[in-house]
Amino acid sequence: MLRLEARPQPSQAMALVSPLIALVLTALMAAALFAALGKDPGRGLAVFFFEPLNGMRAVSEVLLKATPLITIALGLAVCYRSNVWNIGAEGQVLLGALAGGGVALWLTTQGIVLPKAVAVPLVLAGGVLGGMAWAAITALLRDRFNASEILVSLMLVYVAQQLVNFLVFGPWKDPAGFNFPQTKTFDASTWLPPLLSNTRLHVGIALALVVAAAMWVFMFRTYRGYQLQVGGLAPAAARYAGFSASASLWTALMISGGLAGLAGAMEVAGPLRQLTPHISTGLGFTAIIVCFVGRLHPLGIVLASVLLSMMLIGGELGQSRLGLPNALTGVFQGLLLILLLACDTLIHYRVRLARRIPA
Amino acid sequence: MNEIALLVAATLASGTPLALAGLGLLLNEKAGVLNLGAEGIMLVAAIAGFAAAFTTGSDTLAFAAGALAGGLLAAAFGGLVIWLNTNQYATGLAVSLFGYGFSAFVGVGYVGKKLAESSPFEVPLLADIPFLGPALFKHHPMVYLTIALALAIVWFLYRSRAGLVLRAIGEAPESAHALGYRVRWVRLAAVVAGGALCGVAGAFLSVVYAPLWVEGLVAGRGWIALALTTFATWRPLRVLLGAYLFGGVTMLQFALQGAGVNVASQLLAMLPYLATIVVLALISRNPAWIRINMPASLGKPFHPG
Amino acid sequence: MTDLSKRRLLHWAGITTLAATAALVGCGKKEEPKPTAAAPAASAAAPKPAPLKVAFVYVGPVGDAGWTFAHDQGRKALEAEYGDRIATTFVEKVPEGADAERVIRDLAAQGNKIIFATSFGFMEPMLKVAAEFPDVKFEHATGYKTAPNMRIYDAKFYEDAYLAGVLAGKMTKSNTLGFVASFPIPEVLRNINAYTLGAQSVNPKVKTRVVWVNTWFDPPKESDAAQSLINGGADVLLQNTDSTAVLQTAEKNGKYAFGWDSDMSAVAPKAHLASCVVDWSPYYKKAVKDVMDGSWKTERTVWGVKEGQNSLAKIADFVPEDAKKKVDEVKDGMKAGSFEVFTGPLLDNTGKERLAKGVQADQSWKDKVDFYVKGVEGKIPSGN
Repeated sequence: MLRLEARPQPSQAMALVSPLIALVLTALMAAALFAALGKDPGRGLAVFFFEPLNGMRAVSEVLLKATPLITIALGLAVCYRSNVWNIGAEGQVLLGALAGGGVALWLTTQGIVLPKAVAVPLVLAGGVLGGMAWAAITALLRDRFNASEILVSLMLVYVAQQLVNFLVFGPWKDPAGFNFPQTKTFDASTWLPPLLSNTRLHVGIALALVVAAAMWVFMFRTYRGYQLQVGGLAPAAARYAGFSASASLWTALMISGGLAGLAGAMEVAGPLRQLTPHISTGLGFTAIIVCFVGRLHPLGIVLASVLLSMMLIGGELGQSRLGLPNALTGVFQGLLLILLLACDTLIHYRVRLARRIPA
Repeated sequence: MNEIALLVAATLASGTPLALAGLGLLLNEKAGVLNLGAEGIMLVAAIAGFAAAFTTGSDTLAFAAGALAGGLLAAAFGGLVIWLNTNQYATGLAVSLFGYGFSAFVGVGYVGKKLAESSPFEVPLLADIPFLGPALFKHHPMVYLTIALALAIVWFLYRSRAGLVLRAIGEAPESAHALGYRVRWVRLAAVVAGGALCGVAGAFLSVVYAPLWVEGLVAGRGWIALALTTFATWRPLRVLLGAYLFGGVTMLQFALQGAGVNVASQLLAMLPYLATIVVLALISRNPAWIRINMPASLGKPFHPG
Repeated sequence: MTDLSKRRLLHWAGITTLAATAALVGCGKKEEPKPTAAAPAASAAAPKPAPLKVAFVYVGPVGDAGWTFAHDQGRKALEAEYGDRIATTFVEKVPEGADAERVIRDLAAQGNKIIFATSFGFMEPMLKVAAEFPDVKFEHATGYKTAPNMRIYDAKFYEDAYLAGVLAGKMTKSNTLGFVASFPIPEVLRNINAYTLGAQSVNPKVKTRVVWVNTWFDPPKESDAAQSLINGGADVLLQNTDSTAVLQTAEKNGKYAFGWDSDMSAVAPKAHLASCVVDWSPYYKKAVKDVMDGSWKTERTVWGVKEGQNSLAKIADFVPEDAKKKVDEVKDGMKAGSFEVFTGPLLDNTGKERLAKGVQADQSWKDKVDFYVKGVEGKIPSGN
């Protein structure tokens, strides 16, 4: 009989190897599924794991998709480590997009053309503030009324979506747009500067990596970060040490909301360049997955974002190159995540063959 | 007057799947397990139920199929979370994701298919009472079963030994283990039972409420149900209240639109969510109340020995 | 075993899995050149022209029995017509945001020579990609921006809605019609207005109530909206959303409704009055022909009943004869090009005149519809 036995300390080697094992297992299952569907398994795997990185433009697309995921997930990691369960990052992304987009729209409609070095930071700052404001509602309700942040942040996602609809179908609609739900395209001065010519990749990825480094420093080298983590791991100890639970709550949610808002602003100032009803395609929720796959650690988050972006893009390519149904991507992602989590057990536990010890 | 009666009726119907799923999740959470996979479970059960109803023409078999499918996926979740001690939040999300894709994949052949006609349900005699009749007595049996279920769960949790064990395990698994209770098996039982209830909710959506199958049918109701258990501060009757509140405000905003009320439809559409937040804030003001009712070990892994 | 050896073992396990993954991926890579290498060998006998690659970008799933389903039927008709002279591909459920650009660009880069994007939200992404691929033809549905290699097409759904309205006006007993609407865009507003105008043409007392669900597709929500309209007194429903939920709710309540986008007659035999269908195949065949014979040019094509793109199908047997006759009469007028749905005198529901007596609306008037006609209750959300 197999037994799980706790290791005296987490295994370093396993921490590196377990994601690879999970990846291989997923690939094997995927290959089996492809074969069952009558598609060539080798080609199927290539489309999912190789094609998304095939060439400069492909890599740029992966990084482009990963940029908001990294940014949001970093904020979520701070939250989750502090035991604040912010499930509503999606709403904060939308508000950030609205706020940042609102700034860009105002500059555009007023005809104000600022140098890029001023306009872009303004837009991004707007995004950060928008996200923080939305997260503040959750923080306030938890702080003053004890309302669960899981519920409040989640409900606010739906409210945010309707707010986007309202603005884009109403007051912010492009008057020259035939009544279609979109704003004017933003003035070029507000667009994020590109990083790689001939691709859509913009400086956002560099910004995201800088934030990742900053996050690492914050969580693991500052006193505040330490307080947050202790508050998350052992709330009673934190209380005895005099760490304010309320301050931790607000810090975590402000950081998370701000980063999510930043991601939203980057999306509208980057690839979209206008506001539409389709600003975010579930980025806030995908980021939660990225956060856990990356084990709440900045480096893991960066890698996990790239991996998940590859899978998402691979799913699109699977359709156009192989005629695979779209639903398959969800199955693979779910499988990968489940296997990753299962294999992670090996880090903390050893598998042992145990014989029944006679009582 | 008639419109109000119809609104009440619509509220009951619309709140039932939320209530069923919410009650199932409540069982999970009382035992200390947080199952974020509710959405995926409801989807898988919805297609299972639809397929069963389509093939056999029987509603009862459809609900059974939904419960079975929900229970199985929940068991997989339980195995991962209880025995392998994987992170509950992440595993739940993974199950949701997987459930969405899997149900879409498997259900491709059922899109556009129609189920056999079912005659409208009415409680004899009572349905003819003016106002109360159309409001309360013209519903599918599952609506009444849900209310009965909520009462049964109250009895189970607070009046039966088994329920006491369940709650004890949710509060202090180490102590329960020391007393000799098989913590992990009880948790698994709660997870499976909860999953089965979510499954019935999913089947209700695809077989009675819509009734049709298309991918993503559940459209976020699993998440709403999760939110509702928190809203209900883990008390079964409050789950019902929350579900009907949500369903009711949803129907109300449609009624307001139809009546030509001069508020943008998007703002009206925010009402159910805002209402839930406001009521939650009011209910939760007393932190002691939450501490009393929230299972202390919710979301934390348990290691025997 | 000592801990050190175990660590060694894990170390090598890690390297092996890495190598295995690389090998698997490497195998896949080698598969790629094979198909193209095989092609010249096979065509050694008689040089057949390479099939024209045609691609479709869908916003929803092909199984939605609605909007995307109808487009996919058009694609299948293309395959039936052109056989192995074309090779079609499609990508479904493409979100209308930043991802769409990537999908369209990839399809263009893969050698597709004509790409159809079937939703408004694909307009900006497609415009950007069209600039980079001048020898690929881009076709965008329901939009308004064009380029030298990108053109637009649309259908006259409002003609279907008008015909449905005629039936509704005859069949309603409460003189209240219901409309389950998705988003307040001109197309949907045209349909609501046409439905009301059609009903009023046979029954001037008719009123229409509208409920906005803010989604194209959410069956339980569509059910709720339909139920709410019925509770408010509506007894004939039309929708602009993509599922059969509204029809089924109508059936449950003993009211009437219509199918939308596809033939939904089988779903609710007692409630189904007719289905407003769209058949994209005539246009798709023309577009492909244009590319094949080099006559493709940027233009805007809006076809309707006259060209066989829109029609009211499967009118129920129990509809009385005089209603069917009236529908046929209007249809004939549409086919002859003499009947225009939006003809003055036309008042909006605040009493303002929108079309003078005898004036037929032109395309630009129709594009800008942002009001309800007289008889529709309420105000358009985020109202203009």
